[in-house]
Amino acid sequence: MKKKHPLRRILLSSVTTVSGVVLLLALKPTTAPFTSQAGGPAQQVPPVSAAPSPAGPDPSVPVASDPAGGGGSGGSGGSGGTRDPGKQGGAPARKTVTGDAAQTSYGPVQVKITVEGGRIVSAAAVQAPAGTPTSDQLTATAVPELNQAAVTAQSAQIDTVSGASFTSEGYRKSLQSALDKAGA
Amino acid sequence: MSDNPPRLRHVEHCMGTVFSFDVRGARDPRVRAALDEAVAGLHEVDAVFSTFRADSEISRLGRCELALAECSPEVREVLGLCEDAERRTDGWFTARYEGPGSALDPTGLVKGWAVERAVRTITAAGAGKVCLNGGGDVQLTGGPWRVGIADPLRPGGLATVVEADGELAVATSGPAERGCHILDPRTGAPPAEGAASLTVVCASLTEADTWATAGYAMGGRAREWLEALPDVEAFAVAADGTTWHTTGFGRFVAKLSA
Repeated sequence: MKKKHPLRRILLSSVTTVSGVVLLLALKPTTAPFTSQAGGPAQQVPPVSAAPSPAGPDPSVPVASDPAGGGGSGGSGGSGGTRDPGKQGGAPARKTVTGDAAQTSYGPVQVKITVEGGRIVSAAAVQAPAGTPTSDQLTATAVPELNQAAVTAQSAQIDTVSGASFTSEGYRKSLQSALDKAGA
Repeated sequence: MSDNPPRLRHVEHCMGTVFSFDVRGARDPRVRAALDEAVAGLHEVDAVFSTFRADSEISRLGRCELALAECSPEVREVLGLCEDAERRTDGWFTARYEGPGSALDPTGLVKGWAVERAVRTITAAGAGKVCLNGGGDVQLTGGPWRVGIADPLRPGGLATVVEADGELAVATSGPAERGCHILDPRTGAPPAEGAASLTVVCASLTEADTWATAGYAMGGRAREWLEALPDVEAFAVAADGTTWHTTGFGRFVAKLSA
């Protein structure tokens, strides 16, 4: 019945992912000059496929979500999404959604995710800061890290998350919130 | 997870946190109705037990405007459970604390109890697979379910994954996002040599929550104490990132494969 809602929720998830990149970039204390021209030089980053799971007996599973206090600078709404002609009752529809570009102090970041059957099957940055040696280096390490992490969360196939109690406010940035959005 | 059976999901903001419902195989309209009933039940619990609401029974009881006998049966049940928990944890869990303000605060037990009750409401309508997460504490029935245990040192990361098929509760205690809210009842201060987070797994969330809170307050003594509890398993992440778990915890750890 409500066709639009899942898509909107996925967009929110992608915004979460964007803030993840923002944090990964912001974590490094290096200062880089502002990339003044929005949508300036951007790198194409190859997406990571969901197939391989690096998880073995090691119970430590990295997953992506918005880390606490992950900025959330800009990046509201989304710019577009495509949807395979998934038929009602057929195979789960595969949806690809691209979030709005978020402005970070290192330049614009834009993330694309593909969701199938309520699960993220791939995540990729379609736009990431480039231009200075510092931002190039940060992008080279942070973005693949994020892509891999988002995929690993899927391979863990968790239904829910247990952790120290969160408030309504904290929930918005939690992995549980991302799971609720993806599955709703 | 199989996406074939219908899956009913619902997110409800209540008690200052968020409750995430996930009900599988829920084709029966009775299950839908039971979910609504369970949600309403959570809000009723909040109205009765909130220490933030001046007009709640708990607040009025604390101000001696209401006698215990005049309270709803739920209040008596919960306070009874609190006494129980205090006895079974040698006072490490307590609904009473010294100091100004409310002298009666069953909040530490109410949420888990309310979650467990909500799950029972839904299963009573015929749903066999229910997962309810109340602010990070989870009650499961049916399955299989996979519960990620948040890594307290790596926000957004998981420390391990618990797999459940059947009645199981997973409760995690630790300093919450706004700092430590669990105090050593003996010192009134945050626990000495406390874990970064402590997760307890057992059948009932009311109990798991109690054990996790008490164990967290205990600090370094928790491991031995939890090891000795029957049908209770625990997993902890220490402040330096090392982890420990009780001997039986391994059977709940999900095998992660491609």
